[in-house]
Amino acid sequence: MRVRNSAILLLLVGSLFALLGFTAAQAETMVPTEHGGLHINGTLRDETDPKTPKPVEGVDVTVSTPEGDPVGEATSDAEGKFSVDVPEAGPYVVEIDDKTLPDGTFLRDKKQLKLTVNVLGFDRSVLFPIGPDNREVTSKFTQSLTLAANGVLFGVILALGALGLNLIYGTTGLTNFAHGELITFGALSTYMFNTHANLPVIPAVVCGVLVSAAFGWVQDKGFWQPLRKRGTGVIAMMIVSIGMSIFLRYSYQYFFGGATFSYTQYVTQKSWTLGPVAMAPKNVMVIIVGTAVLIVVAIVLAKTRLGKATRAVADNPALAASSGINVDRVITLVWVLGTGLAGLSGALLGLRQQIDFQMGFLLLLLVFTAVTLGGLGTIWGAMIGSMIIGLFIELSTLVVPAELKNVGALGILILVLLIRPQGLLGRAQRVG
Amino acid sequence: MDWGAILSNAIRSGVGPDAIVYALAAIGLNVHFGYTGLLNFGQAGFMAVAAYGLAATVATFGLSFWLALLVGLLATVLLALLLGIPTLRLRADYLAITTIAAAELIRLLLGSVTLKEYFGARDGLQQFASTFYALNPFDGRFHLSLGSVGVNFSRNDTWVVFVGWMLVVVSCLIVWALMRSPWGRVLRSIREDEDAVRSLGKNVFGYKMQALILGGLFGALAGFMVGIKQAAIAPTDFATDTTFFAYTILLLGGAARVLGPVVGSIIFWFLIQFLGGFFTQATRGDNPLMPTWLMTDQQASLVRFIIMGLALMLLMVFRPQGIFGDRREIAIDGR
Repeated sequence: MRVRNSAILLLLVGSLFALLGFTAAQAETMVPTEHGGLHINGTLRDETDPKTPKPVEGVDVTVSTPEGDPVGEATSDAEGKFSVDVPEAGPYVVEIDDKTLPDGTFLRDKKQLKLTVNVLGFDRSVLFPIGPDNREVTSKFTQSLTLAANGVLFGVILALGALGLNLIYGTTGLTNFAHGELITFGALSTYMFNTHANLPVIPAVVCGVLVSAAFGWVQDKGFWQPLRKRGTGVIAMMIVSIGMSIFLRYSYQYFFGGATFSYTQYVTQKSWTLGPVAMAPKNVMVIIVGTAVLIVVAIVLAKTRLGKATRAVADNPALAASSGINVDRVITLVWVLGTGLAGLSGALLGLRQQIDFQMGFLLLLLVFTAVTLGGLGTIWGAMIGSMIIGLFIELSTLVVPAELKNVGALGILILVLLIRPQGLLGRAQRVG
Repeated sequence: MDWGAILSNAIRSGVGPDAIVYALAAIGLNVHFGYTGLLNFGQAGFMAVAAYGLAATVATFGLSFWLALLVGLLATVLLALLLGIPTLRLRADYLAITTIAAAELIRLLLGSVTLKEYFGARDGLQQFASTFYALNPFDGRFHLSLGSVGVNFSRNDTWVVFVGWMLVVVSCLIVWALMRSPWGRVLRSIREDEDAVRSLGKNVFGYKMQALILGGLFGALAGFMVGIKQAAIAPTDFATDTTFFAYTILLLGGAARVLGPVVGSIIFWFLIQFLGGFFTQATRGDNPLMPTWLMTDQQASLVRFIIMGLALMLLMVFRPQGIFGDRREIAIDGR
């Protein structure tokens, strides 16, 4: 089950990247390669003994169009490899002739003789698993423990983003649709420090967060503060933030392309195991660092004069100003803190997944969900909401296909608004 | 630089199927945001539900095209009710977040492998528009040219564009008639001051719901046109950016004006194609106009969207009423 899920996940992630990278990939690879033309290829291996797969020779594979017109055929060679030329990108049906399989060899899924594949301008490999189904099956309990650990990891990353969003929302009333791009900013700048300035990942993350915070300062001083001075309403600012989201996202794509990146270190790590739960050391570190930062920020906001000033501005800017608080400075500080947190969220997310120009944008709706669930504008609400969403997303894969895990989370959002619109920790004020 | 080709393509895009789709979507948003002040960020969801309602009824269940149109419209009304009941009593930003989430949820569901049997997963659905194309009365391609600038539509495209603009005209007439009726005046007053309207004994929630459904139905027409213009649909046609682009169009043309979305859409698609064509040509060849360290041919197609994002920001800051609008009529002062 676990393996199947991760296979689906892999497939899904793969297809997502294929989709995202499609424009770029198309531009890059539509040009015929040196050896010319497109191929559908694959390797047939008998995995009865998974440690020593044996190539299967002499199996006929035919490729045809979805309408049934034959395109080409091939027979697997001594290494079990086959390759069929296809004339152009498009959908094809690949069929394996099970009569030509050697005796004692059979497909894992005996009904899966045909596969429909979509060739997208580059060679496409297909997989026909051969041999008995000997994939590992883990118990539901172990599975849920591992999933819960992953959920906590995702929840922490989400919480950093959500806290940033909530701080800015709480003090300025702006629902910042460009917040996802601030998360991406953290990941991309960390990546730049890591690869172009040759810093190790840990100092690169620190630098990335600092640059993000500086970006927040520039944004507020150079853009949002003048807008507030002009008396621009919050809905207008929300739409401005949409424009900014589009502007930043396509700018990232302009400079970084549609490709995905990863940091130079910690890409694959041997997992630490604690009882039945296995987790890569980097992920444990992400959880520890993230949680520490969240707690420190929460304490600072709860205990210090600065935190008090922030809440005063959030409650009533005019009153805060008249009691001697420098409202503009508090808001700028909140922007710096909020974008810094978003940057950290992105930098840490880059350890968990590949980095690309829209990683933050894809996360934004989950951040919104977490924030609404916890209560818009509340500090602890953002964290609790994120943790619930993180755990829910990972644990829901026990019962629903992995591809639908985000659907469940977005469904929760709509349910919450029906039952408790102010969110778990929101004040029961009038929200309509 | 081949200005003739750039201009021809830009004009074709400005009057072509894309402009029609987004004009219809923006007319819907105009009812929501422009007239009623509802911040619906899920127009792509309404479009998706209608388009898939149409396509699945024909392609998956093999029923008639005309019945399928009805199914698409009903699905949209249902979605509006589902979304409206929990959110229309809430503040504007809640409605925005919920609708954007719902649209994404719908897109994920429609693109899921689990429901592939019905909606074709990532590949979407095809072969549902033949009834429409069979009705095509035109017997040749459409061609109109002036010097080196010309507009060309294939026989099928001519039919799509003809029906599309008819739909836009009818939609505009409906909006015009409704918004000068007492019903439309109530919508506008809800946008201006909800509490005042409530105190006059009007059922604000009911009016908002009706507006949400009506705007959603225009979105449904846009969704139908997406499916019909390319005779195929896929989940990527209904991404979040679709809604954002429709908002840009609405704000460009001018919200709370009958013709705002139409003019906005024409200008938007003209500019998008113009900038796309210009930068593609400027980066093409061995000795491009644009130095390659500044822009490569792969980056050329992105510049227009960067400019568009910037334009949306500047538009909202300096001229929120767009080209035709009236500043006093835009519901942007926050509640």
